[in-house]
Amino acid sequence: MTGDLLIETHELTKRYPMGASEIVALRQVTLRFDAGEFAGLVGPSGSGKTTLLNILGSLDVPSEGSATVLGERIETLTHRRAAELRNRHIGFIFQTFNLLPVYTVFENVEFPLLLLKVPAAERRRAVMDALERVGLADRARSRPAQLSGGQCQRVAISRAIVKRPSLVLADEPTANLDAENSHNVIQTMGRLNHELGTTFIFSTHDEKVIRYLRRTISLVDGAVARDERGAAA
Amino acid sequence: MTLLRLAWRNLLGAGTRTALNVLVLSLTFVAIVASLGLLEGMNQQTARAMVEAEVGGGQLWHPRYDPFDPLALAEAHGAPPPAARRMIADGSAAAILVVPGTFYPNGRLRPLLLKGIDPGQRVLALPTGPLAADGDEIPILIGQRTARACGLAVGDTVTLQWRDAAGTIDARDARVVEVMRTPVQSVDLNQAWLPLERLRGLAAMPGEATLVVAARDVVPPDDAGAWRSRSQDELLADVRSLVRSKAVGAAIVYVLLLFLSMLAIFDTQVLSLFRRRKEIGTLMALGMPRGTVAALFTLEGALHGVLAVVAGALYGAPLLARFARVGWKLSVKADSYGFALGDTLYPVYSLRVVALTLLGLLLVTTFVSFLPTRRIASLQPTEALRGRAG
Repeated sequence: MTGDLLIETHELTKRYPMGASEIVALRQVTLRFDAGEFAGLVGPSGSGKTTLLNILGSLDVPSEGSATVLGERIETLTHRRAAELRNRHIGFIFQTFNLLPVYTVFENVEFPLLLLKVPAAERRRAVMDALERVGLADRARSRPAQLSGGQCQRVAISRAIVKRPSLVLADEPTANLDAENSHNVIQTMGRLNHELGTTFIFSTHDEKVIRYLRRTISLVDGAVARDERGAAA
Repeated sequence: MTLLRLAWRNLLGAGTRTALNVLVLSLTFVAIVASLGLLEGMNQQTARAMVEAEVGGGQLWHPRYDPFDPLALAEAHGAPPPAARRMIADGSAAAILVVPGTFYPNGRLRPLLLKGIDPGQRVLALPTGPLAADGDEIPILIGQRTARACGLAVGDTVTLQWRDAAGTIDARDARVVEVMRTPVQSVDLNQAWLPLERLRGLAAMPGEATLVVAARDVVPPDDAGAWRSRSQDELLADVRSLVRSKAVGAAIVYVLLLFLSMLAIFDTQVLSLFRRRKEIGTLMALGMPRGTVAALFTLEGALHGVLAVVAGALYGAPLLARFARVGWKLSVKADSYGFALGDTLYPVYSLRVVALTLLGLLLVTTFVSFLPTRRIASLQPTEALRGRAG
């Protein structure tokens, strides 16, 4: 699986209407991601990182060009089919964790499996495994409000990997965390990438994260300025 | 199951807002059931009193008898048809002779109807027993309204005047032997009940009657010749239409109550969609289709209705049960509206009333909860994740 083509974009452009004019968020982005990559989209605010991540996650569609994710052409997907793609194959990690506040840690992690209608015994095993991988098995009964920011983000990582997706998209995952928690979270994701072979793509401008990346794609004004591969720290 | 569980958790998570909505909705539910119960009680109580005191199982009317035409009354008497006579003989019907007359209580003139009835009859729930009194004086039975209006009491003597079958005017003194309390005005106001045979003799109308009332469980015969058969339903139609007209007025109040409650639910839903956009975006990102997200929010709103029914049952059932047992004390005004209700109105809560109210409330709550969620259909996941309304 590792090394197979997972994502391919071809001259991807995204425009947003802004009154009478429009903003170009992405300009003819052509990229390929293979399975098992640990890559980051880096750049300043407004450079198009989140927009690209949203399109790769089938949350948005390109204005021009194409994006193929796991063999699916994003621009041609119906809402239902896009939801199915996300449900089965893509995990998301957000800057603000986006945990469901009324659910316990266990239930938050279990939620994607409920949508997939996984049997109860299998769900329980998968959830506990995912929580153990991020070191939070003992907090399964806690609610998000009872956890620290770093713990919340680790719950979000568990939720993203519990269904064993091919791809995890993380939008500024350390932006709300202090240095120690950022370090822990990025190390956890690196370990999961290594252990599970899951592809991780980040958007970040956090130097602490960038040094862990094995591939760094720099975006400037919506265009790819550099695409560098190298050994992570 | 996931949706239900999530909706339930979200409702509990909303705490005070949920409690207030449920309280308002349950108050509406209980208020609607209570007032529908009052109307049903009014309908049943009035009909029962009318049947017991006046209507019986139905009536046979003399061809000229029209209760709304006093001028025709002088001619509205004759021998009842054979089928009716047989019923009178076996006690399953009572003959009533109505003669227009006048009486002079305390020196004042007052027109009234003289109604002759067999003192031993068991067909109508009227205290006619004391009319069997012997003596030269004519015994009369009057209702409390007439007694109050004329300043009469048991033992008082009053002069009666009438015109007999030949048109001769005659007058005699009568003694009040009984003052009855009855919720039915139409057997009380401006009338005096006399022994049937005495009235027939006074009016020179031997063996005649104006109408024949069948016992409650007996249907008046159809083969009564020129005499007209009036069913129980026909005779109660006016009262029922009066109750229906009250029901229309009450319905306006229900609609207003329901509208206010639904406004609260609608506001909650709109606020919920506004405040939880990021959650909506997260659910979409996790792979929940838009339709399912809309169903989740609709379900949350609809659960308010379910909780309101449960809460309403918890405090409403004992409250309404006590209300049904103790009843509602009526002021004298209720009497003047024309309802034969007596002093106390006892509400009746039928399963049908409760079930229809419950169903209506749940359907309206679900519909109102659904309306704001239509916006989710046009919401972009990226906009929702950014906390924008879309």
